[in-house]
Amino acid sequence: MTSAGSARPAAPRAGLRELLRSPRRRARVIRGVQYAVLVAALVAIALVADWGEIRRAFLDPEVAAAQFPDVLTVALVNTVVYTLLGFTFGLALGLVLALMRLSSVAPYRWLATIYIEFFRGLPALLVFIAIGNGIPLAFGVFLNRYVVVTLALGLVGAAYIGETIRAGIQAVPRGQVEAARSLGMSAGRATLTIVIPQAFRIILPPLTNELIMLTKDSSLAYLLGATIAERELAQFGRAALNDYRSLTPVLVAGLCYLIITVPLGFVVRRLESRTARSR
Amino acid sequence: MSASGTSSSLEAPGASRGEDDAVVVLDGLVKRFGETEVLTGIDLEVRRGEVVCVIGPSGSGKSTLLRCVNLLEEPSGGRVVVRGTDVTDPDCDIDAVRRHVGMVFQSFNLFPHLTVLENCTVAQRKVAKIGKAEADERARANLERVGLGERGDAYPAELSGGQQQRVAIARALSMEPDLMLFDEPTSALDPELVGDVLEVMRDLADEGMTMLVVTHEMEFARQVADRVVFMDGGVVVEEGPPSQVIGAPREARTRDFLDRVLNPTHER
Ligand SMILES: Nc1ncnc2c1ncn2[C@@H]1O[C@H](COP(=O)(O)OP(=O)(O)OP(=O)(O)O)[C@@H](O)[C@H]1O
Ligand SMILES: [Mg+2]
Repeated sequence: MTSAGSARPAAPRAGLRELLRSPRRRARVIRGVQYAVLVAALVAIALVADWGEIRRAFLDPEVAAAQFPDVLTVALVNTVVYTLLGFTFGLALGLVLALMRLSSVAPYRWLATIYIEFFRGLPALLVFIAIGNGIPLAFGVFLNRYVVVTLALGLVGAAYIGETIRAGIQAVPRGQVEAARSLGMSAGRATLTIVIPQAFRIILPPLTNELIMLTKDSSLAYLLGATIAERELAQFGRAALNDYRSLTPVLVAGLCYLIITVPLGFVVRRLESRTARSR
Repeated sequence: MSASGTSSSLEAPGASRGEDDAVVVLDGLVKRFGETEVLTGIDLEVRRGEVVCVIGPSGSGKSTLLRCVNLLEEPSGGRVVVRGTDVTDPDCDIDAVRRHVGMVFQSFNLFPHLTVLENCTVAQRKVAKIGKAEADERARANLERVGLGERGDAYPAELSGGQQQRVAIARALSMEPDLMLFDEPTSALDPELVGDVLEVMRDLADEGMTMLVVTHEMEFARQVADRVVFMDGGVVVEEGPPSQVIGAPREARTRDFLDRVLNPTHER
């Protein structure tokens, strides 16, 4: 190291270019720059920010305390209920879509493909508007809000869930079915005993991700308006925001979403690492 | 039990046996994939207790022939008769036939979500409707037979390739088949693991199992086969005892193939 340094007399201009020539050194320099930017940003925020104001706006303990227990007993519960309704319907419809996609009857495949492309391309918000506002206006029917939430979340979720299930079933190697059939199993028996259990393991992580997405999308129910008892987390936070003129309730509602999604994300990673080992 | 078994095999079916001694009869078997004819009129018989080895170059249709026997491929023409049942007849209950025809694949195809023991019991339980205790006992006996009696609780992924293939053999044997089909059972194995699998197959042959074996193991074919069938381009080119087909082939194509297989580094 020293000998190499002394062999090439250190010309100040060559210094930086020389330093950046080796990829490893270059990576180290780039990383150093990134840390420097981070530290500078933190220092700037600490100096510029008005901490008292921030605390009052975001972290007002009294306002935060006032959210409980309703944020849990009403809002969180409603979010979970809406999500589960949508997910259950989406799972059932998704399974049908997956089987249609794998059907030997071509029109079933076309229908499922059209459905999936259609609902994957739409914002969930638009589907909520169409079902929650559009259908009642156009047809003069009253739809129960649980029906609207179930349909809107389920219809969108089914498009993704259907593709997830199809991919999972197709990921089971053909040789598995052949081995099962060669032992005398019928096609149905082979599907039930050999394919579905294996597909299930493949599907579980992405399906859990789907559940996380739906949890967040359930916030779109705010469009439908709600009585106090019907508010889910987003609505709850929004209403409290108006009452207290503080962002604190929104922060509390946000943390409640994390109470649901973070453990689910943890479950996904556990499932993924477990299937990785058994393969 | 054994007395009645012997007597029945001697008298009752005796009259019909003579010809029905054939476990597999291929009669002008044709298989097309789209336009390409992969099997062009194969005639072949495998008799009870016989070991027939099928050899031939890659793409000659060996796997396709084997898979036509238990209808994993649908024949395009000709007849396939297995244990007296014409499986090409659309009305035949193919699941019932397959129950008595074991198959061992090149890539093992064990069920990864089931333990070794469960791999050997699942079809007994779900297809043959055998009780758990008896199925377990049969499975254990067959795992013992392939030298893996201790590994019943393991999962397939925890076994070596050679062990997995022996489990696959035990799984097929647990259905008590009359016929075993092997499609290059040792081709996917590391060389040092081939011997164990071949030994299990040799034992099986010695016990009188009827076997149709696609293989590149010429030494195995020479020693174990009653008959060797050389296929090329979808037809049976030459057929006879191993001493003839492998030892002194008549056909130029057979000689050429054997030359390439037996002396892979030979200069040409
Ligand atoms: N499902 C299929 N669709 C189309 N062509 C096929 C299919 N299966 C096999 N073939 C073709 O049929 C021919 C015979 O294939 P087969 O697998 O029976 O050969 P093989 O003798 O077993 O060869 P190998 O020794 O490589 O296993 C090949 O040309 C193959 O490309
Ligand atoms: Mg083959």
